[in-house]
Amino acid sequence: MRSLFKFHGGVHPPTHKAESTGSPIAQAALPSKLVIPLHQHVGNRAVPVVQVGEHVLKGQLIGRPEGRLSSAVHASTSGTVSAIDMQLVAHQSGLPDLCITLVPDGKDEWIAHSGVDYRQTAHTDLRHLLRQAGVVGLGGAVFPSDMKSYSHKHKIKTLVLNGAECEPYITCDDMLMRERAGDILRGAEVLRELLYAEEVLIGIEDNKPEAIAAMQQAVLDDRHAHMEVIPVPTLYPGGGAKQLIRVLTGIEVAAGVRSTEMGVQCFNVATAYCVWRAIAFGEPLLSRIVTVTGNVEHAQNFEVLLGTPVDELVAQAGSKPDTDRHIMGGPMMGVDLPSGSVGVTKATNCIIEASPRLFPPLPPALPCIRCTRCADVCPAELQPQDLYWFAKAKDFGKAQEYHLFDCIECGACAYVCPSHIPLVQYYRFAKSEIWQRERESQAAELARERHEFRLMRIEREKQEKAERLAQKEKAALAAKAAAPAPVPEPAIAVAAATADPDDTLQMRIDAAVARAKEQAAAAHPKNTDALTAEQQAEIAAIEARRAKIREMAAHAGADDEPPKSNQG
Amino acid sequence: MWSSPFITQPSSVSQIMLRVLLALIPGIALYVWYFGPAILVSIALASATALATEAVMLKLRNRPIKPFLSDNSALLTAWLLALSIPPLAPWWMVVVGTAFAIAISKHLYGGLGNNPFNPAMIGYAVLIISFPVHMTHWLTPHALGGAELTFGEQLGYIFNGALPAGLTLDAVTMATPLDTLKTQLHLGLSVDNIRDMPIYGRLAGKGSEMVAVGFAIGGLYLLFIRIISWHLPVAFLAALFATAGVFHLVDPVHYVTPLFHWFSGAAMLGAFFILTDPVTSPTTPRGKLIFAAGAGLLTYLIRAFGGYPDGMAFATLLMNICVPLIDAWTQPKVFGKKGGGK
Repeated sequence: MRSLFKFHGGVHPPTHKAESTGSPIAQAALPSKLVIPLHQHVGNRAVPVVQVGEHVLKGQLIGRPEGRLSSAVHASTSGTVSAIDMQLVAHQSGLPDLCITLVPDGKDEWIAHSGVDYRQTAHTDLRHLLRQAGVVGLGGAVFPSDMKSYSHKHKIKTLVLNGAECEPYITCDDMLMRERAGDILRGAEVLRELLYAEEVLIGIEDNKPEAIAAMQQAVLDDRHAHMEVIPVPTLYPGGGAKQLIRVLTGIEVAAGVRSTEMGVQCFNVATAYCVWRAIAFGEPLLSRIVTVTGNVEHAQNFEVLLGTPVDELVAQAGSKPDTDRHIMGGPMMGVDLPSGSVGVTKATNCIIEASPRLFPPLPPALPCIRCTRCADVCPAELQPQDLYWFAKAKDFGKAQEYHLFDCIECGACAYVCPSHIPLVQYYRFAKSEIWQRERESQAAELARERHEFRLMRIEREKQEKAERLAQKEKAALAAKAAAPAPVPEPAIAVAAATADPDDTLQMRIDAAVARAKEQAAAAHPKNTDALTAEQQAEIAAIEARRAKIREMAAHAGADDEPPKSNQG
Repeated sequence: MWSSPFITQPSSVSQIMLRVLLALIPGIALYVWYFGPAILVSIALASATALATEAVMLKLRNRPIKPFLSDNSALLTAWLLALSIPPLAPWWMVVVGTAFAIAISKHLYGGLGNNPFNPAMIGYAVLIISFPVHMTHWLTPHALGGAELTFGEQLGYIFNGALPAGLTLDAVTMATPLDTLKTQLHLGLSVDNIRDMPIYGRLAGKGSEMVAVGFAIGGLYLLFIRIISWHLPVAFLAALFATAGVFHLVDPVHYVTPLFHWFSGAAMLGAFFILTDPVTSPTTPRGKLIFAAGAGLLTYLIRAFGGYPDGMAFATLLMNICVPLIDAWTQPKVFGKKGGGK
């Protein structure tokens, strides 16, 4: 028995997992349409490579990865592309993003695909395959997996496979481990190979005995020599990568530090499963397991095609009529979806149908009484009560000094707060304000540089003019003097000769860079071009809401109410 | 916008305060047992005054009255103040002390959660400075078998200042065990001689030592249900014990035992109920240790060398002053930044 480490704090919210683990993973029905966002991963949005009206096959590339940090997007089934436009997506911001709408033809016809033997394939090629297959972190972070499977400078000793699944309600990883343990471990073996890791530690919270047993059996069956399935204590947020790494290895990875620098890399179990499907069968990431639970007749896990509208998915679990919201993710860190029409993405691990009965509105917030329950449960070992104080007072410098950016927004503090203060919202507010100020100060810095450069240029032009005049006079004098006079060189050439060539070149480059920066700063984000009137109206409404929130936040110091919009 | 987390634990400020009030009950019950029901009158009077003052102040500050009135924090202030002053204190003293505590030391600083000083102790300080004589008229415990007032007579004194014919105030009241100790030491008696006086029991004063035990039991309950952290009571009692112990070891003739200090005056009430006021104590674990140890040291110094019989209130207030500094000084290292990685 391996000795485990503890992370500070943590909470025990009611798990609500039993509801959705009663039946095996079901295949969700083919929806009437698929709304597939081109931005389902961290990094650059994929670029559409199909046209409206084009017929595509299941697994066909429809979004090409763009730039170094990006990932591919595919058609989840065969059908016709009916639109490529801005639509609401499953994202916290509530802003629309570029999506490809696909009308299935019902044949579910695959594109030709085949796998490779990973032992016979170069690592570079394997990583390329992962990128082309659109494999990203399925634990929720959706970070492109190919970018996480390098083992360059840092010698990776341990690969941590995350099957902890600490959030209440979510059981997609649990069911996946119960039903497809073999493929998960084979995927982990590929990742271990890529990282040259010595060992694979599979952390699973001890409230999932079936999953633990299935995974342990799979380790024995396939004789995985370097793998160990380790039950970890059930404690939220024990499934956070850094918390799990701490529990399994004792290593604390500080904020802003990559775990690879400490010799550890962490992947979610579902990611490992997709890695195996992509490498061994050439199957891109087209579907994922989604837990549908909460206010439904029969909560269970579905294998869902990416892009399936949430409405159509929850209908299959019998969403009850008094449902008033869909939460994507868990109750601690989930997102309140902007609409039921959004498509399931690679980040969608769970849809909780919420009703006022299940999630009653919080009582009004009272002032903080400094009871420090929040500090007792904070896994990042922060002092949430102080951060709240600084955020409320808009003392952002102090908030940063007290490590605001180490906050992982796990919500444990708000969960235990006896005053019911929406602490996490305060931290998000403070963080976004700080980012905004940094952007502003960068812009101001750029403007200052440009201004100084302009002054310098004017000065230089003056000097050049004076030099030219002097040259002219010299030439005139020389002409007057003894003949035959030498033909004067063209003034410009002289000027160029007297000026330092590197200098002018450098200046031109600088000027060009500055211009480019300026243009970049001035350019609108692409996704705000060519909007329909209703989208414009929506954006205007959102802006108004933001303004309102800022205004409320401005008054927040003056009263004890938290800043919240009337959206409630 | 509705944003995560969407669930919270079913705890609330008013629930926490209610538990603390509950934890006071064993001590109060023993108080009534040893000294009669007069203390209940003080508590009721203080409670009514606190709630009324709270309501008036909330109204003046344009705050919602209901959620704040039901948070039970004003009640807790009232109870702690009533328990800190003599049970026979005239009604107007209770009212003045409580009203000052709530209006001045709490609401003028911004209400719940914003007061730097412990309101009950501010109320106590106001009373002991303004009405020092009244603050020395403590009831004698039944155990001493002196003249005793009936409940009706106690009420008569509290509200009219009238005693039944033939009884003087001195016949029914006495100084506290701590106060007696101090005056007798000044008169040149040794600790042993003084401890032989009838008002002293096994640990400290007859009756009052048992009330202290009652408060300790309530405090242990609060520790057990995790309303308070162990840092404050442990550090306070340890510092008080250590300081008293050193003096007692060096000069047992003039300095009484540490246990006597533990179980007399407001030490137990202070350790578990006064210092642990979350609003006015530090938030960091190390800070709590420093704060409570400082309070323990000061309590002893005031008791042994100061001008007041008990030092708990002033020690608390003096340490309250240091809280922001202590908090800033004792910030713990955050996750991953403790050095060493492991």
